[in-house]
Amino acid sequence: MSIDLQQVTKRFGNGPAVLDGLNLSIRAGEFIAVVGRSGCGKSTLLRFIAGLEAPSDGAILRDGRPAAGIDPSARVMFQDSRLLPWQTVEQNVMLGAQGLGRKEAREKAREALRLVGLEARARDWPSVLSGGQKQRVALARALIGNPRLLLLDEPLGALDALTRIEMQRLIERLWQQQGFTALLVTHDVAEAVALADRVILIERGTVALDLPIALARPRVKDTGFAHFEKRILDRVLEPDDRAGAQTEMVYLI
Amino acid sequence: MRETSAAFRRFEAVLPWILPVLVVAVWQILGSLGVLSNRIMPTPVQVAEAAVRLTQSGELPHSLAVSTWRALVGFLIGGSIGFLFGLVNGVARLAEKLTDSSIQMIRNVPHLAMIPLVIVWFGIGDEGKIFLVALGVLFPIYLNTLHGIRSVDPGLIEMGRVYGLGRGALYRKVILPGAMPSILVGLRYALGIMWLTLIVAETISSKDGIGYMAMNAREFFQLDVVVLCILLYSLLGKVSDLMAKGLERSWLKWHPHFGKPRANPPSA
Repeated sequence: MSIDLQQVTKRFGNGPAVLDGLNLSIRAGEFIAVVGRSGCGKSTLLRFIAGLEAPSDGAILRDGRPAAGIDPSARVMFQDSRLLPWQTVEQNVMLGAQGLGRKEAREKAREALRLVGLEARARDWPSVLSGGQKQRVALARALIGNPRLLLLDEPLGALDALTRIEMQRLIERLWQQQGFTALLVTHDVAEAVALADRVILIERGTVALDLPIALARPRVKDTGFAHFEKRILDRVLEPDDRAGAQTEMVYLI
Repeated sequence: MRETSAAFRRFEAVLPWILPVLVVAVWQILGSLGVLSNRIMPTPVQVAEAAVRLTQSGELPHSLAVSTWRALVGFLIGGSIGFLFGLVNGVARLAEKLTDSSIQMIRNVPHLAMIPLVIVWFGIGDEGKIFLVALGVLFPIYLNTLHGIRSVDPGLIEMGRVYGLGRGALYRKVILPGAMPSILVGLRYALGIMWLTLIVAETISSKDGIGYMAMNAREFFQLDVVVLCILLYSLLGKVSDLMAKGLERSWLKWHPHFGKPRANPPSA
């Protein structure tokens, strides 16, 4: 699914705009990572694309058509797994297969659980799983309906370093197999460089940097990797002239 | 819970019975020795004899049946009304604005204070008791249903919407199960109020039922029957509590607190 954001603006009440005339084009099948400081509006952007919220101004096109509400072929993975505690792992995954018959949904759920390596836990309650396992179940639930767009809202933020690397590889592998469009919101620049075709940096409500990552997959942390990571980090940390006055005020406080 | 040997589990199963058995034993001994006058307090054996006598005459089963029936019908009526209002007010702001403050006002009237009025309205038959029981159980069920629905994680509801759940499925799969722990707390509380209300109502004005049996026995100074009735109350209360606990165990088996303790700790 291709996505086009045109002059997207969001204002909460009378405050300053969180997103201010943001333009962004995502090709079908592309893996995009959105980075930025906390509160820069990157999660808001994801919620717009998902159809969970509407912008104050501007247009969002999905496959060239204006987005209206939640798209059934888009799936969201949240920072917390949001599994229903009163349903088994398998039932939770089946939730992603709305509109299928029970038997077919169960088969697909088994298959999706096999993909994420949790087939053996199908009958367990989510409460007995570890954080990483819960996110893998959430990933299986997101992928069971063969989505054409997967929106990832810092899904690995709460996981330990080893589990994160494992999950990143899993997400990359499934993205390559299934060919959906992926948009990952993250505050971890290394994660963005490891996964994305393009890294988007959002600052002051607009795209401050749009950097294609020309590295072969699977990516290893070599000098090329470090180069991209440094470029993005330098840009994030760069003292900005236009925001200079504001920054100074913050320091004074 | 960590290391439960078979012997320890057996000991745990016996544990709750130790105190009641001890009390009955001491009571019997004091009565037999004449320390407790039989005119003030009959011994357990005398109470048991009364139970056998009244069972044979059919008076006890009849009273039990009448009281249980009233309790259940009242509970079903009041519980359904409370549940429905809780459900609707939990989701629809407008409905809550319209009804919640009125319900809170009625809730603050002690429902037993309405007994004189209820006697005038319904006489001393079943209807009055059922009305009072219904009124008594309505509020705990209402409050806990409302609270349960309010405290469902909004993240889960949003997830349900993203995954294309319709309104009905959202209720069935997300909202109701999420509110269930709280609803069951209300149910347990309501069961207590149910017996309390019924017994007071039957004691004050009735022509049958356990409360009437106790009141009637007092007039003839049959203290063994009075004590029997009081013991019956605690037994009935215990039975309804067990039933509520059973519901908790089967409906909340996903909940780490209510589910059976697992043999193996969860693996990471």
